[in-house]
Amino acid sequence: MKNWFIYLLLIVSVSSCSKDDTPDTEVYEPTPNSLEIPAIFEQNIIAPVIPNNNPQTIEGVALGKKLFFDPILSGDETMSCANCHSPQNAFTDNTPTSDGINGVFGNRNSMPLFNLAWNYGERFAWDGKELSLERQALEPVQNTIEMNSNWDDVVNKLQTHPEYPELFRKAFKTTTITKELTAKAIAQFERTLISANSKFDRADQGLATLTPQEQNGLNVFLDEAKGDCFHCHGNPNNPLWTDNIFHNNGLDSTFSDLGLGAVTGDPNDNGKFKSPSLRNLAYTAPYMHDGRFSTLDEVIDFYSEGLQNSSTIDPLMKKVDQGGVQLSDQDKADLKAFLLSLSDPSFLTNPDFQN
Amino acid sequence: MKKIFALLIISAITFTSCSDDNDDNLKTKTEAKTSFNFTHNWDDTAIAGSDFENTQYTNANGEMITMTRLRYIISDVTFTKANGESTTIEGYKLVDVTNDDLNYNPEMKIPTGAYTSVSFTYGLKHEDNIDGAYTDLNSASFNVPMAALGGGYHYMQFDGKYTNSTVTDAPFNYHHIRAVNAGMPPVFPDQPTFITVDLGAMTISDDITIEVKMNVAEWFKNPNTWDLNVLNQVLMPNANAQLLMNQNGQNVFGLGTVTQ
Ligand code: HEC
Ligand code: HEC
Repeated sequence: MKNWFIYLLLIVSVSSCSKDDTPDTEVYEPTPNSLEIPAIFEQNIIAPVIPNNNPQTIEGVALGKKLFFDPILSGDETMSCANCHSPQNAFTDNTPTSDGINGVFGNRNSMPLFNLAWNYGERFAWDGKELSLERQALEPVQNTIEMNSNWDDVVNKLQTHPEYPELFRKAFKTTTITKELTAKAIAQFERTLISANSKFDRADQGLATLTPQEQNGLNVFLDEAKGDCFHCHGNPNNPLWTDNIFHNNGLDSTFSDLGLGAVTGDPNDNGKFKSPSLRNLAYTAPYMHDGRFSTLDEVIDFYSEGLQNSSTIDPLMKKVDQGGVQLSDQDKADLKAFLLSLSDPSFLTNPDFQN
Repeated sequence: MKKIFALLIISAITFTSCSDDNDDNLKTKTEAKTSFNFTHNWDDTAIAGSDFENTQYTNANGEMITMTRLRYIISDVTFTKANGESTTIEGYKLVDVTNDDLNYNPEMKIPTGAYTSVSFTYGLKHEDNIDGAYTDLNSASFNVPMAALGGGYHYMQFDGKYTNSTVTDAPFNYHHIRAVNAGMPPVFPDQPTFITVDLGAMTISDDITIEVKMNVAEWFKNPNTWDLNVLNQVLMPNANAQLLMNQNGQNVFGLGTVTQ
């Protein structure tokens, strides 16, 4: 029995051997460019997810960045990914839902883009419908109320463009452009969008000191009887500040948007959305999947006294019949100060992320 | 060149694994791999991932409960011989029942032989319960807050809802941690709350798979009839609740099927 296995191995090796014998037309290799993992991530959490079939390269990231900011991906060439994912807003926009190419607003708030390679479950979008960054990048281009184009057109435009074929050759060793390679390049760029230099991060590394107010806000966040935010939104040992898991945090008693439930078809998932990271909240208003809250004060008031009961509400939510745990004004102010200490101004101005 | 080298290595590996295999048939093993699979039941009714948020169970106090999330740590599986000699597989497994992550396959092999006891720690011993020390548990947000509760990790996170004559679908968070009197600084009572579970004697002559059963109903039953109307949420800073959980946990685990 074992013998066929050896033969198989031999055949495999020999055939790969013979492939190698044909002279290479292209000796060029793109330059590997592993992610710069921040110390605070390295020390605390497991390695980011980089798919084997899409390693990070300098040329791939550069191409992905150009594509991300290029309106060529949209139907009438007026809208790029960056229209809804702008560097000044930690790669989201500032409207409750996003203004698409024809002025039609979708029903979801755009999402900030950072630390995406640490979404270990690789379920993207508010409802988890996108199963990898590569697959996600295919979606907005064809979405009629987002970029309203189609991939055949986009690939044609890229293929006849004066620069893109050469940039694809440098990134992927081929001048034949496909939507899959386009998505791979964009995903490589997105993985470089790393944010880990907030005041809180620097305090953790001994480079800054939290004010007593920020420190008390952290205690509110970590206190089961008060905020109890940490069971869903991370903690100092999980500096992603999210679990990337789907919960119903009590926004509504009935759902106009089923969230995860529409994706899985399971009514027990209705009203569940992905916990967002609490990094960079200073730049990402408005908040929640539909952008219903325009300030952090509104968000905190909601968790404190605005909870709505429903059959799928997460059991981690407390005193729902009273709307929440009724934080004192002082605790609310402190919690807000702590949340803002998770914002990272250097992420907005990082020259690598500008058009 | 590279390919030839790879070919040589592959052939070498194949041939050695071949001879290994032949050996198996000839002589008895001196070392065995162990694997553990964790199964869950409610007083002998099997619990599957699909029962979460669906199936109602009645606890000892008469509440109807549904489970939302159940995950817990087991660590330091230890094999002890009659002469007292023991082998411990240092390490832990986060069993995540909600997500069907139910198998623990440690790398380390153990010597074959007759063991008078196979045991493990439910939770983490104090010397292993080090704040922030395990990146995979941090990534799973299994931490216990440091300042007020002393840090380290949850032993178990069991969330769900209960219904009785006065409330409908009220939440509970049966979170088990090292007992602590919350405060700045927190104060730990002397009694540990992790549990050493003895699965009994086993003679191990070959790679072995051990089923570990958890009867979830036991957490509410014995010796303390758990009253969810009183003990439902905010149990982490409640040292007394943590000690009660430890008492109720004593008979939660049992040995299931063993195959080798
Ligand atoms: C018209 C506005 C708009 C445009 C243009 C747009 N997006 Fe988005 N993006 C959104 C919205 C809204 C969501 C949330 C979608 C949902 O949950 O259904 C989102 C979600 C995402 C996510 C998921 C993030 C996460 O953490 O789960 C990624 C990644 C993303 N977009 C990348 C892109 C890329 C790449 C492009 C360009 C190819 C792009 N977007 C173009 C509005 C836009
Ligand atoms: C049960 C899990 C859970 C708990 C506990 C929880 N959250 Fe959330 N949080 C979520 C989810 C899920 C969302 C997204 C909900 C949506 O948009 O439908 C969210 C959204 C948010 C947002 C909006 C972020 C954005 O980018 O739109 C903020 C801010 C926030 N939570 C802060 C907190 C704070 C502060 C606490 C503690 C008082 C807390 N959360 C407790 C799960 C939770």
